[in-house]
Amino acid sequence: MKPAKFEYHDPHSIEETLDLLKQYGWDAKILAGGQSLVPTLNFRLASPKVIIDINKVKDLDYVQETDGKLAIGAMTRQTTLELSEMVRSKCGLLSDATELIGHPQTRNRGTVGGSIVHADPTAELTAIALALDAEMVIVSTEGKRTDSADDFFISVMTTNLEPEEMLVEVRFPVLPSRTGWAFEEFALRHGDFAVVGVTTTITLDADEVCTDARLAAIGVDETAFRDSSVEEILKGEKITDLVLQEVGDKLSEKVDPFDDLHASAAQRKHLVGALAKRSLQKAKTMAVHNSKRKK
Amino acid sequence: MDNQYRSIKVTVNGEEYHRQVEPRRLLSDFLREDLDLSGTHVGCEHGICGACTVLFNGQTARSCLMFAIQADGAEITTVEGLAIDGQLHPLQQGFWENHGLQCGFCTPGFLISAYELLERKPNPTEEEVRIGLSGNMCRCTGYKQIVDSVLDAAEKMRS
Repeated sequence: MKPAKFEYHDPHSIEETLDLLKQYGWDAKILAGGQSLVPTLNFRLASPKVIIDINKVKDLDYVQETDGKLAIGAMTRQTTLELSEMVRSKCGLLSDATELIGHPQTRNRGTVGGSIVHADPTAELTAIALALDAEMVIVSTEGKRTDSADDFFISVMTTNLEPEEMLVEVRFPVLPSRTGWAFEEFALRHGDFAVVGVTTTITLDADEVCTDARLAAIGVDETAFRDSSVEEILKGEKITDLVLQEVGDKLSEKVDPFDDLHASAAQRKHLVGALAKRSLQKAKTMAVHNSKRKK
Repeated sequence: MDNQYRSIKVTVNGEEYHRQVEPRRLLSDFLREDLDLSGTHVGCEHGICGACTVLFNGQTARSCLMFAIQADGAEITTVEGLAIDGQLHPLQQGFWENHGLQCGFCTPGFLISAYELLERKPNPTEEEVRIGLSGNMCRCTGYKQIVDSVLDAAEKMRS
């Protein structure tokens, strides 16, 4: 259980990192928080020739409001999401859901960008990014591009990042007032990889009619799963048990999950519907509470 | 590819060490084998069991998921750094008094994780202790006593 030899680089700037990525391409792997990469190296499931450790790169660890969005630097530790007042006030779903990501010891090291780029199909941050239409800011020596979460995630642990590119920032929307949110998941033990999880946000008007709803699920597809026809059921409606039942049923019907050691496809279909209802119920209760607070 | 050894300076439990390390040297192996600090235990070596937990610049980290080369300039606290002048830390005392250890293999990791937990939450509920320690595994499965130990230590540390 020791990594194979690799050539080690620890650049201090984004420019230096991009030069190294250009030079080494597929042979190089970026080391961010290392909470997924290092186990892979220890098992020798991967043995890249070159490791580019970006822990010393300045200006990648920040949380700030830019153009009405919550901009989070790729090297921001997951613990920061949990503890930052700015994150809590602008996009509280991130603060609340972070407790589900691993354990305090892994969140102290694990990064926002690392989790997103790793694109594990059960990663909570991928579901939040997809549900909230987060934007990925990606750079290379050729320039900069911004991509939607929807285009970014391609398949299991696969994104549209090219080998010479790196993710430098993720932009989440600032959640509007009268909005509630939740992330409900089923895992075998607290902090384990989720078997299935569902994140939702609900925005209500003054009459408690839903004006916007977001829903994304993990553990039911090769990437986080989102389907606009499921969200449409909620819009323009009062959130009643009947509506929630319809959403749960529709979502169960839409997903096409897989069997594995932890759960059968049928169980995942059941879980996703049940968790969707629970998540939406929580989000609605919070939205009602937040609406009263705004008055 | 040559071995690419590099000189690093690391402060562990207040003492400064200078060593040459190969980039692939895990921090856990560095502590145990290069510095002879065998209190940090190595269980799974892939970040699941938590036995190798140390404080890295004041925050818990799994030392099997870091390279020693990344600790250049860092301050690390291992379980050996908890007791001061032979006086057990209240957490260690709590584990001693409440039978918080059976075989003892997982104990160093639990102590370090509990240390950070009580720093962030000096007055935790039982559930918060259980969640806070969920990243550490005890194969003797003596979790009840571990939780009791931490709650007991928390109470003593508050008074």
